[in-house]
Order: sequence, then structure tokens, then C-alpha cells
Amino acid sequence: MTLTETTYWVVGASFALYILIAIRSRAGTTQEFYVAGKGIHPVANGMATAADWMSAASFISMAGLIGLSYNGYGGSVFLMGWTGGYVILAMLIAPYLRKYGKFTVPEFIGDRYYSDTARVVAVVCLIICSVTYVIGQMKGIGVAFSRFLETDYETGLFSGMVIVFFYAVLGGMKGITYTQIAQFCVLIFAYTVPAIFISLQLTGQPIPQLGLGSTLADGTYLLQKLDQTLVDLGFQEYTTSVRGSTLNMAAFTASLMIGTAGLPHVIIRFFTVPTVSAARTSAGWALVFIAILYTTAPAVAAMARLNILQTLQPEPGQYLAIEERPEWFRNWERTGLLAIEDKNGDGLIQYAADPETNELVTLDNDILVLANPEIAKLPHWVIALVAAGGLAAALSTAAGLLLAISSAISHDLLKKTFMPDISERQELMASRLAMAAAVLGAGYLGLNPPGFAAGTVALAFGLAASSLFPALLLGIFSKRVTREGAVLGMLAGLGVTLTYVFQHKGIMFIPGTQFLGDLPPNWFFGIEPNAFGVVGAMVNFAVTLGVTRITRPPPAEVQQLVEEIRVPVSSGHL
Amino acid sequence: MQLENPEALRELYWRENRRWMLILGAIWFLMGLGCGVLWVEPLNQLQLGGFKLGFWFAQQGAIYGFIVLIFVYARVMARLEKRLGLEEPQA
Repeated sequence: MTLTETTYWVVGASFALYILIAIRSRAGTTQEFYVAGKGIHPVANGMATAADWMSAASFISMAGLIGLSYNGYGGSVFLMGWTGGYVILAMLIAPYLRKYGKFTVPEFIGDRYYSDTARVVAVVCLIICSVTYVIGQMKGIGVAFSRFLETDYETGLFSGMVIVFFYAVLGGMKGITYTQIAQFCVLIFAYTVPAIFISLQLTGQPIPQLGLGSTLADGTYLLQKLDQTLVDLGFQEYTTSVRGSTLNMAAFTASLMIGTAGLPHVIIRFFTVPTVSAARTSAGWALVFIAILYTTAPAVAAMARLNILQTLQPEPGQYLAIEERPEWFRNWERTGLLAIEDKNGDGLIQYAADPETNELVTLDNDILVLANPEIAKLPHWVIALVAAGGLAAALSTAAGLLLAISSAISHDLLKKTFMPDISERQELMASRLAMAAAVLGAGYLGLNPPGFAAGTVALAFGLAASSLFPALLLGIFSKRVTREGAVLGMLAGLGVTLTYVFQHKGIMFIPGTQFLGDLPPNWFFGIEPNAFGVVGAMVNFAVTLGVTRITRPPPAEVQQLVEEIRVPVSSGHL
Repeated sequence: MQLENPEALRELYWRENRRWMLILGAIWFLMGLGCGVLWVEPLNQLQLGGFKLGFWFAQQGAIYGFIVLIFVYARVMARLEKRLGLEEPQA
């Protein structure tokens, strides 16, 4: 069987599994559609959360971001930021929102801030975060299909839409939960198998997390070798190269952490477990399952980088001849992810930090994960598995996001705000229609990505951190915060973050419309736009608390609601 | 514990909860932003196998620590709820 045929079989089998699950887990009530009937076991929900959380970006791009763009240590912001947020989620957000016990994040904000305006502002924030995020997933699906299955981008995107449509529209949260569990198994298997092989080949240690700290065949430590090789080529040391400044790294990490804790599609996963204490343990399990990938990724990053370096330069001063470059190298050149240019005409590839002399002119981040099995000369089925894993990561995250979007529309906008008289059956129908519309909308945006699609995932975190997170946190921990404070705070946080990003990256990311230029000297205290969410969050907190001081306190029943959500048992039960 | 005064009980629960959040939150901060970012240079002077210690915290250690923190928090809260008789009825 050729590689493409194997890939079709593996991907086809995984899709058949998702459809089978979809047929067996149709939703019959709104409770099942929005929160899977609140009957999901905490470990199962942990797995589903892990798949919900780990996107195409985590699976395909993160190791490359760490190993190449952020040159090692700088990439730690992603590792710590995207895991540390779960501690905040488990301690400060998830248990209380689970106790609140309803269906959506805007619903909580609307009730806690006794205001339809707050609810609608929360819906707007949710939709901005989730739509920017979902575009990246749709693109990931299209790209994975076109690279591995040799279809064109549109066919790939369309196939992905059909699958998501099937289980999300039929099963809502219930269908999504069970498919996400299957998708987690596919993606984690696909990620760890090549990592184990590459670790074995380089260090003889089968556990990549340990392999990263082990010695190579020549007796030197892997990281030491990598540092040395990179320094020789004019790069910074892998294990110490800071991204920007210490302050920038701290702000970036903090933004990703609180953004994680404020993303609605993650929060609503904790509405599906039976109890408050299950919400806490479930967050722990989610992080266990996420950590399997997140502690493997830095090993993949360093090992794949070293592999590429050693392919290009087997010994110091000895370069790979262009004619002798390996098969995988030629394969990935065809996709445009790798490109060489023999600048000095010597027929050899000189890879260096200096852009003047560097002849490996394109080295895309995604190559580290995508080409890893071929570089390590692994069998076809492993390569096919990576394709199925990348698709599982993108599909599961897309489905979670689409549910957050559609439930905000059908539940918060229709049922709670504009058409309160509809029956449960009508609402269930409306949520299915909203889901169908969301799938089509996401597909459209995947086909015609707007100019701002490039920087979107990081933007989604900044916006969640600066708009929703402070409103949720203060809503739980303060009885005094008022609707005026929360609404103005959310708008201020959103506004500050968007302004900062747009002034450096262009309004709606349209090139040429930035008024300060994307240059480090123009950055506020050297904080890059992607790391600005934490500053937006501080502005939000300040505005909310300031306005609260000069407005009338919330009514007694809202203060009672806050009392209620803080304790697992309702006061009536005592 | 006696259930004479549910209000006082709920207040006690919330106070204990906040205390644990502060303790574990402080560890969370020291481990992630502390060891991983702020003090990474001095820690890198130490070696853990083939890792510089600061680098290990930033790319491995902090993540393991975060997992432990969540389970510790879940555990102490479950105990507290049991002690105060504030456990939820199992669904």
C-alpha cells in the first residue's frame, strides 16, 4: 500500500468511529444538548476537555514554535501558560460556575450582573474570542487534508465540516463529549508514538520527557549538544534564549494563563460533570491528559531541531550537499514548508542565524511535527496516524467552539433575551439550527479567511483574558461588584487589548493601517501585542472596581446568588 | 460538626477555602512565574541530569507541579466539605 492509501484508511477509520459515536449519542433535551445531561464522569470529562483544549495549533505548530521561532527557552511561555491556566480554572472559576448549574457563560454573567446588557456584552466577547479561534481550526483541517490526503484545500475543509455537522448538530454537547474522548485517544497516540521513536533513536531512552535530559550516543547531553551547535551557527543558546525580556515573558505567560481560564468553550466543559467536587477533580484530570502532550512537545522540539541540524551539518564545518539531501527533504520542499537557496553557489546547504548567508531560507514551524516521522524513518502507518491525529485535534476543538457559539445564540440571545416564550422543544430546534449556521459560517471563514486570521489564536486568548475572565472572577469573589462596573470593565478590557493589537498589527490586521508599527521600541514596556491580555485584564479590574464604588450595590437576590454558588450544597439543604 | 448555625458553617467553609486558595496560589505563582521566568538564571546554574534546572522548570517541572496543585486542592476541599457536612448529594 502506498502512503496515501494507508493514510486514507487510517483517517477514514477514525472518521467512521466519530460518525458511529454521533449516531449513538443523539441529544433529546436542551439539557443534553448544552451540558450533556450533567452526567459525564470527571475522568471522561477530563479527556474530552483535553481534546477540546488541544487545537490544531497545539498538535501541529506548538513544538515548532518552541523549537524554531522561540528558539527553546522562549517557547516556555506556551507550555506554562497553556497549562497553568487550569490551576486558576480549578480553584477560581470551574467549581462555582458548576454550582451555578446552568448552561452557558453569558447566562452566568447576565444573572450575576442582573442585566441583559451584561449578557449581550458577554455574548459579543464570547463570539469574538470563539470565532477568531475557530477560523484557525478550519484552516488546520483544510491544510491537514491537502498535505496528507492530497486533496485540495476546499475538499478537505468540506469533509471536515460534514463530520462536525453530523455529530455537533445531532448530539450537541453529548455527541461532542463522546467524540472528543475518541479524538483525544487518536491524537495523543499519534503525538507520542513518533516522539518515543525519535527519543529512542537519539538517546536510547523511550520516554521523551527523560530523553530530553539524557545523553546522545557520543556521551554529551542532548541539550548541551543543541546549545553548542546553535551557538556555532550564530544562534542564541537553546536553553537560555529569552523571548523579548523577562517582563515580556512573564506577561505573555500570565496572559495565556488567565486567557485559558476565561475561554468559554473550556469553561462549559465543566458544566457537564455531576457535582462541584467532580468539577475540581475533572480539571486535574484534564491537565493530566494535556500534560502528556505538553511535556512531550518540548522533547519533540529539541530532538527534531537537533535532527535537522545534524542532517544539514553532520560534523562542524561539513555541510550537506544539495544533491544528497534526503527524500523527506524533497517531499516537504514541494509543500513550500522547506526551501533552500544556494546563495554562494557551492552546492552545499549552509544553515546559519545570519539571514545574509543562511541558505535554508524557509523552515516552517509545522515541519517539526509533520516531518518528524519521516525524518526518523518511521513506517507508513505512523505517518498516517499523524494525519489522523492532527485532524482529531482540529475537529475536537472546532466542535467545542461551535457549541459555545451556538448555545450563546440560541440560549442567551433567543431564549434569555429576545424570545423568552419559546418552548424547550423549540429551543432545542433553535440550538440545532444555530449549530448548523455556526458550522456553515466557520466553513465560509475557513474558505475565505479574513486578513486577520493569521494572528487569531493568540488574539482570542488576549480577548478572553481581558474581557470575560475579570467579570467571572469578580462575579464570584465579590458580592459588591455592580452591573455598571462589569459592563464598562469588559468593554474597557476588550477595547484596550484590541487597540494595542491593532495599533501594532493594523486595524483588523489589514497591513498598512497600523499607526505605531510592529516594532519593539514602540511596545509598552517591551510587551508584545500577543502578551497584552494581562494588561487589558488589569484595566478591566480597575475600571470595574472604580465604577462599582460609585454605583448602587447589587440587589439582595444577586448577593444571595453569590452566596449560593460559593458553597457546594444549597442553603435549603442544610 | 453540629449544624446549629448553617450561616456560620458556610462562612467557615468560605474562609477555609480562601486560605487554601492563597496557599496553593502562592505556590502556583512561585513555581510557574517564579522558577520558570523570574529566577530562571540563578536556577540555570544548577544541573538536573542533562537539564539546566531553570529550563527544566519552565518546560517540564512547572507542568507537573500544576497537576499536583489541582489534585491537592480537590482533596483538601473534599475533606473540608466532609468535615463540615457540606457534601453534595451524589447525583
